[in-house]
Amino acid sequence: MSVETVATAPAPSGRPPRTPSRGRRHHPRSREERVWGALRVVTIVVLALATILPFVYMLVLSVRPIAEVLLEPGRLWVSPSEFTTDTYREVLTPVDDGGQGFLRYMGNSALVATVTVVVTLLASILGAYAVSRLAFRGRGATGYLFLTVYLFPPILLAIPLFVLFSQLSLRGNLLALAIVYVAQTVPVAIYMLRNYFATIPVSLEEAALIDGCTRFGVIRRISLPLSMPSLIATGLYVFMIAWNEFLFALLFLVERRDNWTVSLGLSRLSGSIEVPTTVLMAGSVVLTVPIIALFFLAERMLVEGLTSGAEKG
Amino acid sequence: MPARTRTLARQESRLAFRLISPTLLIVLVVVVLPVVWTISLAFQDVRLINLRDAGFFGEYDLDNFTTVFGSSGFWSSLWTTVVYTVGATLGSIVIGLIAALALRRPFRGRGVLRAAMLLPYVAPVVAATFVWSVALNPQFGIVNDWGTRFLGWDEPVPFLSQRDYSVGLFGMDVTVPLALLTVIAFEAWRYFPFAFLFIIARLQALPSELDEAAVVDGTSIWQRFRYITLPQLMPVIALLTILRFIFTFNKFDDIYLLTGGGAGTEVVSIRVYEFLTARTDIGAAAAQSLVLAAVLVVFIAVYMRTAAARGETS
Repeated sequence: MSVETVATAPAPSGRPPRTPSRGRRHHPRSREERVWGALRVVTIVVLALATILPFVYMLVLSVRPIAEVLLEPGRLWVSPSEFTTDTYREVLTPVDDGGQGFLRYMGNSALVATVTVVVTLLASILGAYAVSRLAFRGRGATGYLFLTVYLFPPILLAIPLFVLFSQLSLRGNLLALAIVYVAQTVPVAIYMLRNYFATIPVSLEEAALIDGCTRFGVIRRISLPLSMPSLIATGLYVFMIAWNEFLFALLFLVERRDNWTVSLGLSRLSGSIEVPTTVLMAGSVVLTVPIIALFFLAERMLVEGLTSGAEKG
Repeated sequence: MPARTRTLARQESRLAFRLISPTLLIVLVVVVLPVVWTISLAFQDVRLINLRDAGFFGEYDLDNFTTVFGSSGFWSSLWTTVVYTVGATLGSIVIGLIAALALRRPFRGRGVLRAAMLLPYVAPVVAATFVWSVALNPQFGIVNDWGTRFLGWDEPVPFLSQRDYSVGLFGMDVTVPLALLTVIAFEAWRYFPFAFLFIIARLQALPSELDEAAVVDGTSIWQRFRYITLPQLMPVIALLTILRFIFTFNKFDDIYLLTGGGAGTEVVSIRVYEFLTARTDIGAAAAQSLVLAAVLVVFIAVYMRTAAARGETS
């Protein structure tokens, strides 16, 4: 991306130029505009560096040998002679073969996240449809569902769940963990889907009802196909939360190493001195890349789904 | 109301209840019941050893609360929580606002930059904290390497492991809570994208007429921001403040992963975790988490009341 073009970028067509200097005529910009324009460029550059550099650093460290890093800690590029992928091999190899077993952890994370997404979407599609379309007592109270779930510290919920799961011998169970995640994500999923369902014209559904469609038929044949983008966005957001989650994974899975999620694996190993930092950096990349890839695939839908309430103020 | 409509309405409400019942069931089992159970545990003497017999009913007493309120560690961790929450909430919203203003008008590469801006928020917390702790490491971290080489630092700064750090400021020695400031900075970095998203969505929906009229009137850029744009952003900023405050107040992961709660960064969530796992005192852990939730409710009630009085809420 070319940051230098910022100051001279032309106004988009279809909108009148805000100030004469933005157009083709070369009026000198006022001093005030130049000062703010410069500040703006500086801000953009600083923000870009602050958000991107840590991830560049992560990538660079993951392909440098640890000895080189200790020798030259401040270098942000990789010379071809030192480039290595051994870090990735070590982090992905199963524990039995002398590696760190991250491939297995990724499978665990993917399983938990997928189950969470499927169950959350099923529950929230029905719930969001009811909230956006049907009149019932306590409809307004569903808003408070949010508060009850998010107001209480996760650690508060973790205590009795820890006790309960211990008593039922469910600690270490990946599906039990997924159910906890569903409870954490259902309210936000209902919120995102409800906003979208509300934009579908009611007349479409009424026509289908008159034609003899049941309510479930309406949901399946009209609401769902029309809200596909929103469903994908919501599913991705839920996947992201489940994949990234740490506290419950720590409390419930820590004693079962073969059931660790990637997040838990990385945090457990980063405490030990035996595993080189560069290998753990490779682990961080492996943990981060799937989420970032998914995110960029659906960025626009996701952003619209999350902030659709904000535009109205 | 005629009889037929009433039956229809009843049918509809019955269907609605059926549709929403899976959600209610999950929330009931995984959220509501645990909260009730925590309340009951807080009044009992439950250790990890007698965990098997722990239930809703037992011998209730106030011992856990007297212990909690009587210990200085609890009060200091509550204070740390408040400082951390206020600092991180303010920081993330201010940076998010600045970012939204800077990216308000289109330029080439804005789309890419806008997406990149969300990286800290999207990336897994374990990976983000790990990169930060490596970068800030006094021995082989890039920040200390650059700091000592280019910025003239006398020695590496132990950002995450030192409680108090004295810096020379205008000829005076000022002591700052270094590790706490670092975790606040991390939190502001990680969550400014959240504020940025909401604020820029609102910014781009603002009508431009007011702004244009103000340009004709010869106002300065700062005046237009202060008296035209900012007031229109206040509702969304108020919403963000409350959301970020709640989430940060209850936060556990970020601090646990960065400092483990050491060096003056022990917030209540971390203390509860310590009681639960290291000290295996489940009753005291439950009592402290309840106090945390209660304090949060009080904060929010006060905030809502002041916001309503000022007429800022939408």
